[in-house]
Amino acid sequence: MEKFLSYVPLLIEGLKVTLAIFTCALVVATLFAIVAGTVRFSGSRWLSRPVAALVEFFRGTSCFVQLFWCFYALPLFGLTLTPFMTSVIVLGLNVGSFGSEVVRGALEAVPKGQIEAARALNYSPLKSFLHILMPQAMRIAIRPAANLMVDLLKLTPLTSLVTVNELTRNAMVMRNQTGSTLGTLLCIFAVYFLLSSLIYFVMNRLEVHFIHRKAVRAASTRVAA
Amino acid sequence: MTEMPAVPHSSPRSETRTAKELRQYIEFRSVGKSYGPVDILKDFSLNIAKGQRVSLIGPSGSGKTTILRILMTLESIQSGSVWIDGKPLWHEVRGDQLHPASEKYLHERRRRLGMVFQSFNLFPHLTVLENITQPQRLNLKRPRRDAEDRAMELLEMVGLAHKARAWPEELSGGQKQRVAIARTLGMDPEILLFDEITSALDPELVDEVLNVLRRLSERPDLTMLLVTHEMSFAREFSDRVIFMESGKIIEDAPPERLFVNPAQERTRQFLRKILPHTR
Repeated sequence: MEKFLSYVPLLIEGLKVTLAIFTCALVVATLFAIVAGTVRFSGSRWLSRPVAALVEFFRGTSCFVQLFWCFYALPLFGLTLTPFMTSVIVLGLNVGSFGSEVVRGALEAVPKGQIEAARALNYSPLKSFLHILMPQAMRIAIRPAANLMVDLLKLTPLTSLVTVNELTRNAMVMRNQTGSTLGTLLCIFAVYFLLSSLIYFVMNRLEVHFIHRKAVRAASTRVAA
Repeated sequence: MTEMPAVPHSSPRSETRTAKELRQYIEFRSVGKSYGPVDILKDFSLNIAKGQRVSLIGPSGSGKTTILRILMTLESIQSGSVWIDGKPLWHEVRGDQLHPASEKYLHERRRRLGMVFQSFNLFPHLTVLENITQPQRLNLKRPRRDAEDRAMELLEMVGLAHKARAWPEELSGGQKQRVAIARTLGMDPEILLFDEITSALDPELVDEVLNVLRRLSERPDLTMLLVTHEMSFAREFSDRVIFMESGKIIEDAPPERLFVNPAQERTRQFLRKILPHTR
């Protein structure tokens, strides 16, 4: 047990790296999803085609291979990235590609009448996008976005393949050295589960803030009436 | 370059305007519009004078709504031209030639027009008040306080001042449509387009919306085009009724004549179908 406890700092180190990769990749994924989703929604052919190719590449090949390729093959073309950078870019673009389809779907789900009303009220195309389309699309996208965030968290162990010392890799080190397979695995099970739960919790709160705020208000005025 | 659009009743030029010019406040000149192989409007011409209240009636697919949507710049035209107060809507004049309008030009021309839709199209993520103030603040650059004052004045007029802080989904259909009218009026349009604004409402809610239009008809400066199936309201409200079919004007007459004693047999048939209790 004492030996087990002495490895806790190693796990905490790993957790920090996992969270760092998760956070940075989330930023990359969000930005890529919004830009790529919007471009494909806009239907501009010149921009759409290259973006579509990139999205389909990242969606259609495995994250495992992408990580390997970026880390071991890109240096042959003279581009060397640190393990951390490789992980952030690959996970970010991978999850962002799925995210771009969520964004595109959400934008398409906003009724056409909303855009027409905005135009009739003399919104410029940009203002109509920023003030009418985007806020409504974001509400639609929250729930699928939460699922993708948990997917992203669950992809982080793959980065140990490109020598990142993240949580799962450190746990494996601990398992080898302590011989306690059950304890170690239970421990990281619990950590991943708590992190996923936290993501769902935060996203649910966001959804409540954006959508149910109104339903709750409507219900309370109905009771009052 | 940005010449202020002349407002006939206040500009010095208005004295010298001929009756003919005034008649042509809104003008369709041989307009053609089709969706693929289907002609919606073909060689379509129409003149509407300032301050006129015109109802467009006819079977569905006759092109009535398309006329409103072309005016609101929601649908483009393929041939001919549309003029509002002596300036083309879908074209820019350069030299003596008409060129297709840029988005910037359309933005400037749209200021005079407002449209109310069958399906309300209130913005669900904004409160009732914000629905009315946001377009004014963003697109007329009106300060927040002024926009709110104007919005409250308009909500007062449509009888919904107590709903200013409500969300659209908490309103009935009739209330939503009254807010949509207030939102459109907030932009100070000179031409109002109403596209079947009571068609999506329960029958008992129709009158509260039509009452708002009755109040608007007291303003002689507003030109109003109404696409409707409410024949009795069209008769009471408008000074001119146009019966259309297949993209053509079949009959164009004052309501008392068109509804009581239509000149065309086709008009008679249509009215008989839609008003079965009259002869």
